[in-house]
Amino acid sequence: MKRLALITLPLTLVLLAVSSYLALVVAPTEATMGDVQRIFYYHVPSAWVGGFCFFINFVASIWYLWKRSPRSDALAAASAEVGVVFCAVLLIEGTLWARPVWGIWWTWDARLTTTLVLWLIYVSYLVLRRFSAGQTQVMAAALAVFAFADVPIVYMSIRWFRTQHPSPVMGGGENSGLAPAMLQVFLVNLALFTVLGILFIWLRYKLETAEQALESAHAQAALKGAA
Amino acid sequence: MTTLTVTRTTLLKDLRMEWRSKDAINSMLFFALLVVVIFSFAFNPTAEESRMIAGGLIWVAFLFAAVVALNQTWARELRNQVLDAYRVSPAPPNALFLAKAIGNFLFVVVLECLMTPLFVIFYELRSIGPVWQLIVVALLGTWALVVNGTFFAALSIRTRSREIMLPLILFPISIPALLGMVDATTSILTGEATPDFWIKLLAVYDIVFTAICLMLFETVLNAE
Repeated sequence: MKRLALITLPLTLVLLAVSSYLALVVAPTEATMGDVQRIFYYHVPSAWVGGFCFFINFVASIWYLWKRSPRSDALAAASAEVGVVFCAVLLIEGTLWARPVWGIWWTWDARLTTTLVLWLIYVSYLVLRRFSAGQTQVMAAALAVFAFADVPIVYMSIRWFRTQHPSPVMGGGENSGLAPAMLQVFLVNLALFTVLGILFIWLRYKLETAEQALESAHAQAALKGAA
Repeated sequence: MTTLTVTRTTLLKDLRMEWRSKDAINSMLFFALLVVVIFSFAFNPTAEESRMIAGGLIWVAFLFAAVVALNQTWARELRNQVLDAYRVSPAPPNALFLAKAIGNFLFVVVLECLMTPLFVIFYELRSIGPVWQLIVVALLGTWALVVNGTFFAALSIRTRSREIMLPLILFPISIPALLGMVDATTSILTGEATPDFWIKLLAVYDIVFTAICLMLFETVLNAE
């Protein structure tokens, strides 16, 4: 397992360097936005990986509630953490892109607001994990179910909120019909980000299971000492 | 023991305790009053445009005040190991949850009934839209806050710094409900838009989260 990580991690990083070269140099410059549009090759994959992580978190939490396997709890913790990181990266990339293109750092548009709320929800999940005193796993799994059920309601409510009121700036992002040269680079980046996300989850998962093993070893030692 | 009996008994016990001590309602009332007064320094409260933000204001005050009551929900059951006794008893866990949620709902509704006249006086509120819609929004919105709040209070009693934990996990999940309450209240007060969508959204939110709470409460109560 360790050897696999030692091979895949550098390999992914090298491939990411190649794909960055493709995205920043090889891909054609977009007509209206210019070079700024190149954030797109990172922005959309970050969004995808973030969403993917939260979905894994939900499935692992349900599995935990059903089977009570500590491994699925480790997976839930790992995927939530990686998801929050990618979601934060997504929000930062978004502001960097919005400033030159829309003229503002942030707008309370439906997708932006939903992403921010999503990020807040999963940060609160991590806070609960960190602060709980015993029974972390059940508490966290229960909250994960609430969090995932909330996502569609959040999106629906904010979409209504923003379509009802006029929003100051709209547009951008919507490249309907990507040029083939752009699409290829985009797909390479998307695939690599997915691999990177899975790799992060896997490493974090290993760390979490190691921590669990350590904790139960401590508990066993304490029990032996007491006896 | 049926669910109904246990719910009724627990609810009546909580109401009686509250009636005698008035802990929750007094602290909530005073807290909401403070919020009203402090908000009035942030802007001119009697200006015509403050009607636009009145919906947000009222609900923020009620939300903060509700957290005060929600935090006390399970605390009194921890004393003398009442919760442990409940765990080993054959009484259905959801009956306990429902009693607590209904109790909190009643406390917050009483708070709202007492505070609304104050808001009307201090902020010169008049409703241009129909008032009965405000009542529907208030009932649905209060349940939305209280049902999740009661559940999350049961989570936060297992954490360190439990009083801080509840708002941290309750507020993010409640954002769509809050948005619904605030926007519906503002559109009724200003009479500029119809709150129909928000009332439906709040109803959906209530149904979805009441169902999830009832599904998961037993797991959380018995987690040892």
